[in-house]
Amino acid sequence: MRTWSRRVTVFTSVLTAGAVLAACGAGGRPDDSEGGSADVVGVTEDSIKIGAHFPLTGVAAPGYSEIPSGHKAYYEYVNANGGIHGRKIEFVVRDDAYNPTQTSQVTNELVLSDEIFAMVGGLGTPTHSAVVDFLNGEKVPDLFVSSGSLQWGDDVESKPYTFGWQPDYETEGKIVGQWVKQNMPDARVGLFLQDDDFGEDGEKGLRQYLDKQIVATERYTSGNTDVAPQIAALQAADVDVVLGFNTPSYTALTQLTAKKLNFDPKWFYSNVGSDPELVGSLLARFSEGAVKDGSSLLDGVLTTEYIPGVDTPDDPWMELWQQVWDEHGGDAKLTNYRVYGMSQAYTFVQALQAAGPNPTREGIVEAIEQAGTEFDGPALAPFRYSGDSHMGISGLRVSELKDGKADPLTPVLVTDIGDTPITEDNSGAGNDSPPEDGIPDPIS
Amino acid sequence: MTEFAQRIWSSTLARHVLLAAAGLVAVILVLESTSAFRNGQFAVMAYMGIAAGGLTVLTGLNGQLSLGHGAFMAIGAYTTALLLSDWDSAPPLLVVLLAATLVTLVIGAGVGVAAARLHGPYIAGATLALAIAVPGIALYFQGTLGGEQGLTVAVPAVPDWFADVAYFITGNDISSSKYVAYIGWISLIVTFVLLANLSRSRVGRTWRAVRDDDVAAELAGINLGRARVLAFVVSTACAGLAGAVLALAVRLAAPSGFTLVLSLALLSAVVLGGLGSLLGALVGAALLTFLPQVVTGIGLDAGLSDLQAAELAPLVYGLTTMLVVILAPAGIVGTARIAWRKRRAHT
Repeated sequence: MRTWSRRVTVFTSVLTAGAVLAACGAGGRPDDSEGGSADVVGVTEDSIKIGAHFPLTGVAAPGYSEIPSGHKAYYEYVNANGGIHGRKIEFVVRDDAYNPTQTSQVTNELVLSDEIFAMVGGLGTPTHSAVVDFLNGEKVPDLFVSSGSLQWGDDVESKPYTFGWQPDYETEGKIVGQWVKQNMPDARVGLFLQDDDFGEDGEKGLRQYLDKQIVATERYTSGNTDVAPQIAALQAADVDVVLGFNTPSYTALTQLTAKKLNFDPKWFYSNVGSDPELVGSLLARFSEGAVKDGSSLLDGVLTTEYIPGVDTPDDPWMELWQQVWDEHGGDAKLTNYRVYGMSQAYTFVQALQAAGPNPTREGIVEAIEQAGTEFDGPALAPFRYSGDSHMGISGLRVSELKDGKADPLTPVLVTDIGDTPITEDNSGAGNDSPPEDGIPDPIS
Repeated sequence: MTEFAQRIWSSTLARHVLLAAAGLVAVILVLESTSAFRNGQFAVMAYMGIAAGGLTVLTGLNGQLSLGHGAFMAIGAYTTALLLSDWDSAPPLLVVLLAATLVTLVIGAGVGVAAARLHGPYIAGATLALAIAVPGIALYFQGTLGGEQGLTVAVPAVPDWFADVAYFITGNDISSSKYVAYIGWISLIVTFVLLANLSRSRVGRTWRAVRDDDVAAELAGINLGRARVLAFVVSTACAGLAGAVLALAVRLAAPSGFTLVLSLALLSAVVLGGLGSLLGALVGAALLTFLPQVVTGIGLDAGLSDLQAAELAPLVYGLTTMLVVILAPAGIVGTARIAWRKRRAHT
């Protein structure tokens, strides 16, 4: 009996000690910042704190983990040039390993502990869906989600604080569908789709134009690396062109599997899955060195573009990104993922300029809704932001890969979700160049 | 007075209930004195603790190794998500938690009957298959289970009576994340009291007997199959409840949240804390929850890049596991207990 009372004493003291320790760990004032003053969370006299969740570790890390480094480099460039309205931008990155459970935890940390002003560029469809309601509930601006799912922009009423950025997959599907219909009217079309919003939204767009031409639809589950059944089914359906809405790993896997099966259709990959450099290195890795010059294997592959990339070093935007990266990026090479991050960062700085010298959470949302279509940036087509739509870039162009470079086949085409017709872009968004100092001017 | 106290302590139930009450007070103190973000982390610790508690009973007391507890959490989480898909027509939370536990229990019974026929590594293999297969079910039935995207969970508003009680006791208004943390910890305390009683009862002794020597146990009249299935069912019910709390805390049930990594993380929590010890399960859950985030924070403060700091977390966790296995082979709580007993034996 005495044993027990002693043991209980130990148990209780451990528990109490634990409780005291945990209480210390919380780090002070949980509620102070909400007290009387009109302070905006995350904004001080000379700084503004933003953050996002990215997969820095795990299966989705190759490629995607480079996006935040692009963000950081551009913010540091802006900070080195005096910041925005005298405020320096601080970007907090948290790793979610592309696991929605962790996304939820790190977003809690970003919003409640780091107290960010806004989330900028949170990556992934399944991951970000886990936190989008929380962010809107807490009224945290949820800007420029790194995913082309429709849900970030097509329902402003239920997600007033969330904005998309890249062209949504349905828009991309429509433009790809129309191009195939016009240029390969007799081709038998096969689809290779990721089994989630990505493939589903893309298919919705494609079917608007190709419903009669599609003879086979194959889906894959992300994580299952055996695509031989799908490729064999496409081969059996005797398709002439395969349209793939898949991630870079699956571009490499489909290419290798098709080689094995002696299947040689025309390939068309959505923008997400077509980065020649990453796919090339994946090809080399998956084939255990059998494929040496991976990017040349992609010669003749069709894809789409909506921002200038590393294959066009003479583009004025690329010159700016190169300069920013050389000054603030560190030793690693500039890649298309870093360019993506910098392009997003540029849009955020524009939004911050538009929100004026005293930004508030509601203010920046309003500013993007009002001025968003006017934002000049690296994007080839203008944004669609308004009070009714938070959809991002409105279009893209079709191009063909040659020696790891994209060769444009069409002018920039723009459209919207639903049955909006596809038109040639006449806004000139693709021809603008960055301002002299590389920092967007306030919109007057 | 001391005699009275001793009599109380000698009764298992009274002792556990008293400990639970002390635990509840500690929980209230901790949750009320920490920030909303820490509240969220404590909710995570609670569901990891519940699942690890169930697993430690199965593995530590009954000697069955399950690599599939993540799958049972998925079943609990999906049941919760299906019941809480709508704000208005949602049943009371207690019903939801019980339903998630019951559904998982029934499925656990089915698996348990099969697992009871297996031994050692074969149970591990069978449950491993389960951990891989169950997330696939959500992908296959995309229409009802939401596919890769998963199902979002509408966390019910804090009921008025609960808010009033909380305000009466603590003087603070209760936020939704704190509410979920309370639900998690109350569930944990209830579960642990039940598990502690069970393991000190005849059932628990049967489990230990089966673990230590199944031939001897059978000779003593114990029905091996029944003991094993029962342990498995109890353990999976805990995992189901943990899954339900997870769904509330994360507000989502998606297949990528229930990969094999989750099952292995639970097992590593149990091993780190000390096999068979509920307190150990709690310590393991705390390590699993707080270590990565704290280490990443330290890494960032020390000037590492985001990427390096993120990679530091799994590294430190791995090293911690190795150190524990080398220096404290019975787990943190297990080794501490042995040291404590030794010291007492000397004095």
